[in-house]
Amino acid sequence: MALAPGQEFELRVTPDPYLTVRYAGASGDFNPIHIDEQFARQVGLPGRILHGLWTMAQVARAHTEAAGGPETLRRLSVQFRGIGALGEEIVVRGKVEEVSDGVARVKSEATQGANRIIRNGEAAVTA
Amino acid sequence: MPTDISVIGKTYEPTTYAVGREKIREYASAVGETNPLHHDVQAARQAGYADVVAPPMFAVVYAARSVAPALLDPRVGIDFARMLHAGQEFEWGPLVVAGDEITTTAGVKDISERGGMNFYMFETVSSNQNGETVCTGTWTQIVRGG
Repeated sequence: MALAPGQEFELRVTPDPYLTVRYAGASGDFNPIHIDEQFARQVGLPGRILHGLWTMAQVARAHTEAAGGPETLRRLSVQFRGIGALGEEIVVRGKVEEVSDGVARVKSEATQGANRIIRNGEAAVTA
Repeated sequence: MPTDISVIGKTYEPTTYAVGREKIREYASAVGETNPLHHDVQAARQAGYADVVAPPMFAVVYAARSVAPALLDPRVGIDFARMLHAGQEFEWGPLVVAGDEITTTAGVKDISERGGMNFYMFETVSSNQNGETVCTGTWTQIVRGG
C-alpha cells in the first residue's frame, strides 16, 4: 500500500451521540464541554462539542489506513479551528505532496459540512 | 500579561504510565481503529510485536498527565476560561505496546504574544522502559486577551 506523489485519500466518520462520553473515558479528558449538554450551553457553546484530539485521531487513522498500518505514521501536526459537533459526518481528506527517501509528505484537513475543523494537517508517512 | 517569560525552558517532574492491553483496546475502539494489531494479541504477535499495539494517537493518554502541572503552573499563568487548544504535533519513534512503561517529561517550550493573544507551547518527551523515545509532542494553547 505504498503512497505515491499526488495520491489522495479520504476517511468519513459520523460521531454518534455518546461518542464523547466513550472518548472521555478512553482518553481521560472529562472536560464538561464534551459530555455535559447543559454546561456546554451555559458557557456559550451550541451544545456538547467533540474533543479536538479525537478528531486529530481520525486524521491520523486516515493516514495509517491509507499507508498500511500504525508503524507508517512518523509525524503529524494539525491546527484546531471550528467547533466539531456530534451527529454530523466528518470528512478527512489527505493528499501526498511528495515522496522522498521513502517518506511521503502529506497535507490534510478535516471538514464537517462547511466547517473546516482541522486545518493545515502536515504529516510524514512511510511511503 | 501575567505570564513570567523566565518560565520558558522549565521542565516538570516526569510521570510514568503503565500501558494496559484493555486500555489500548478501549482507546482503539473509541477512535474507530479496526486494525487487528490494536485488538488481537495473536495478530500483534504474528506481526512481531510483544502484545497489542497502541494507535499512534494513544500518545495523548500516556503524555497528557505530564502536561497538567505545566498548564496549572502559576508562573505560566494561563487563564483557563480564555484558553483554546490551537495546535498539536506528534513525532513518533518505535510503536508502544501493552506492557510498556512510558515515562514523559513536560516542559515550557515557548511563550509569545501576537495580535492580542498569548501563545503557549509545551513539549512532552516520552520514552519507553528501554530508553527509546517513543513520542515527542508539541502542545499549543492560545489564550485570548481581554
